Amino acid sequence: MKRLCWFLFFLIWPVLALIVSAFTPRWNWGFPGDGVSDSPIGAEIDHLFYLILIICVIVFIGTQIALLYAIWTASGRPKEKRAWHSHGNHKLELIWTIIPGAILLFIAFYQMRVWAEFRIDSASPEKAQTNIVAEVSARQFEWRIRYPEPGKKLEKKPQPGDMYSVNELHIPAGTPVRIYLRSLDVQHSFFLPTLRVKQDAVPGLVIPVWFEAKKPGEYPLVCAELCGWGHYKMGAKLIAHPPEEYEQYMKKLHQEQYDDGYAKKK
Amino acid sequence: MSTATLSSSDDHSHAMHVDNRWWITKYVFSTDHKVIGIQFLISTLIMMLIGGLLALAIRWQLAFPWSQMPWVSAEVFAETGGQISPEFYTMLFTMHATVMIFLVVIPILAGAFGNFLIPLMIGAPDMAFPRLNMMSYWFMWPAAICFGLSFFYEGGPAAGWTSYPVLAAVYEAAPGSGFAQTLWLLGVTFVGFSSMMGSINYMTTIINMRAPGMTLFRMPLTVWGMFITAVLQAFALPVLTAAGLMLVADRELGTCFFVPGGLVINNAEPTVGGGQPLLWQHLFWFYSHPAVYIMLLPAMGMISDMLACMCRKPVFGYRPMIYSMSTIAGLGFIVWGHHMFISGMNPALGMTFMVATIMIALPSAIKVFNWIGTIWGGHLQFNTVTLNSVSFVTMFIVGGLSGIFMAAVPVDIYIHDTYFIVAHFHYVLFGATLFGIFAAIHFWFPKMFGRMMNDKLGQIHFVLTFIGLNGTFFPMHMLGIAGMPRRYADPYLHEYLEHLLPLNQFMTYSAILMGLAQFILIYNFFGSMIWGKKAPKNPWNANGLEWEAPSPPPHGNFEKTPNVYRGPYEYSSPDRPEEDYWPQAEE
Repeated sequence: MKRLCWFLFFLIWPVLALIVSAFTPRWNWGFPGDGVSDSPIGAEIDHLFYLILIICVIVFIGTQIALLYAIWTASGRPKEKRAWHSHGNHKLELIWTIIPGAILLFIAFYQMRVWAEFRIDSASPEKAQTNIVAEVSARQFEWRIRYPEPGKKLEKKPQPGDMYSVNELHIPAGTPVRIYLRSLDVQHSFFLPTLRVKQDAVPGLVIPVWFEAKKPGEYPLVCAELCGWGHYKMGAKLIAHPPEEYEQYMKKLHQEQYDDGYAKKK
Repeated sequence: MSTATLSSSDDHSHAMHVDNRWWITKYVFSTDHKVIGIQFLISTLIMMLIGGLLALAIRWQLAFPWSQMPWVSAEVFAETGGQISPEFYTMLFTMHATVMIFLVVIPILAGAFGNFLIPLMIGAPDMAFPRLNMMSYWFMWPAAICFGLSFFYEGGPAAGWTSYPVLAAVYEAAPGSGFAQTLWLLGVTFVGFSSMMGSINYMTTIINMRAPGMTLFRMPLTVWGMFITAVLQAFALPVLTAAGLMLVADRELGTCFFVPGGLVINNAEPTVGGGQPLLWQHLFWFYSHPAVYIMLLPAMGMISDMLACMCRKPVFGYRPMIYSMSTIAGLGFIVWGHHMFISGMNPALGMTFMVATIMIALPSAIKVFNWIGTIWGGHLQFNTVTLNSVSFVTMFIVGGLSGIFMAAVPVDIYIHDTYFIVAHFHYVLFGATLFGIFAAIHFWFPKMFGRMMNDKLGQIHFVLTFIGLNGTFFPMHMLGIAGMPRRYADPYLHEYLEHLLPLNQFMTYSAILMGLAQFILIYNFFGSMIWGKKAPKNPWNANGLEWEAPSPPPHGNFEKTPNVYRGPYEYSSPDRPEEDYWPQAEE
């Protein structure tokens, strides 16, 4: 009876863990929004995530079954029968070294392409290098954004005609864009959860980040690296416009920030 | 393999001292490794309560943000209208991690069990350097005082336990925190001294003071775990100590090792600069990643010993166990970069660190298979020790597997610094290590105090802790995948996280259950010292040398230095039909 109780105890928890995990997407505890990433690289990251998840679930089930079987048989072994006096088995050790080793190596090498695509210039889409839309500077506790004047390129140093906004990053949708990420004070992290993009903003470094919003819309932008007491409230918006609307918006922004109003009245 | 260098012939005379020490040198400023071990054990258990209360305050804020905590709020948070302020919340999670890592898990494994068990298990009368050993314990207190004092500053140490500069390097970055961050760094330095003294002592003792016949490959895996841990500490710790002092210099002397120029922090004068914040991350994680294994390897060793004894079976694959522990330790030195995948370091480094990190899952997997192999075909008895040991294995499976997600760089882009990592390290540190510690407390308590702990209470404590633990930490995986960043005082400010409040409340209830369950352990621990059943010399019919000494062992441990004839795991040997165990010291 005691034996059955403990067996069930150790059985119920992995079963429960699996059930809860299986229902996670339905209960909306999984990936944010509808669970589908809003960027192409996000889809690839999700794919890798699910691949690892499947492998891990299989290993989890396998090891838990082995453990439970071992517990069940070992606790029910008749008294007069001695425990199996074995110091191990060389062949078994080899098997359970080589097979997991191969699987792990596969997992490791399978990741590299997506990582390269995200961080290494030669592997990322060409547009991700040329289409530089803004410089994002993180600061306690807000995001300051600098755009180039419409028709001009973003320079490393602020130029006359540059436009600024706070906590709103406007980009064109449906095309890779690149930003330059900086920090004005302490370390922050640029995190777009629905696009699966994250990059630390490090004081003293200018780090290029590229991403693509598949569809026009508003996406959350938060800080993911502890930056002080207000870390939790560093929320902002990524606003993806359809391309023409984006150009109009930039022109409007320029007008707002540079037009003194005289020209129109004349 | 050379056997121990201690000569055994003249040992009979001095091994058993006549014990006429003053009570202060006997119980307080003692140089006896057993007393020091028990001092470490009781101090760390008290620290664990403090760390646990800090955790519950964090959970309170996440479940009921900005609301008054019953009983506590009116007293503690009177100034902020009964609410936990965001500054205080930052301090809470910083100090929770600090206390749990530096004052609980590291010292309870190496300080308490390492101290108590190493000399007993290798048949030595004491540590190689008993006074150094005593100093190692007493260096924990300045650390605790430094950490405690930092609570008196409004902002406290506000940079998390990782203390990344520039936040941790510049006074203005965390207003009100004043001297607190410096105190925190000094505390870490003191803890470092303490561990370093311990680790030198353990290495010397294990290499030089083994009883005759105790070859390296006859040592119990506990001793192996402690030995590998000591080596890890000795090589990794100096780096943290140096980095910590550099950061203190940055704060107090304006050296700018980690601070680049031209930063306008909180509207203060621009920084002078010349430094690089990433340097701190490299130095910090060069210690703190191996520290993860410092917090795990001794528990792995102890679990192997306890499972073998509770299953009346030799450890399956004794040598592969040692090799895999060594591999974990070796690889542990070249994987620190996986904490920095998105830090802005060279992306090519991300790939090499990823391969090394994923491969570290291999020795961990080998260990799991060998533990299952150890149970397989044994005579398993369900008692508190077994239950905690088995759940060490099952929790470690979860913690190990969730590690692969974060080791994979592209996936880490998304789950880095979310609650997924919090789930992962709690499964390893609480799920695995702490269950290992609970098992070890129940297993070696009779040797420490000469009395048995109550097994019924132990089982109730185990069940409640197990349920509370999974209820608290399993949903953290979901929070992480939902994109909830860690260290947020109020995640629900963001629309995409709002719906996670009920889940967080459930986790908080589970955490409260888990916290309450610890009172059973405390009662059982201290109650059993007084009312526990008297323990015989060898209550578990185990093989190790520690069971040759009386319970509790006297000053000097053994009546005469034991001779070792075989490995520690000769359970149910067909060559010895009359008993199912065969002590190492029996001919």
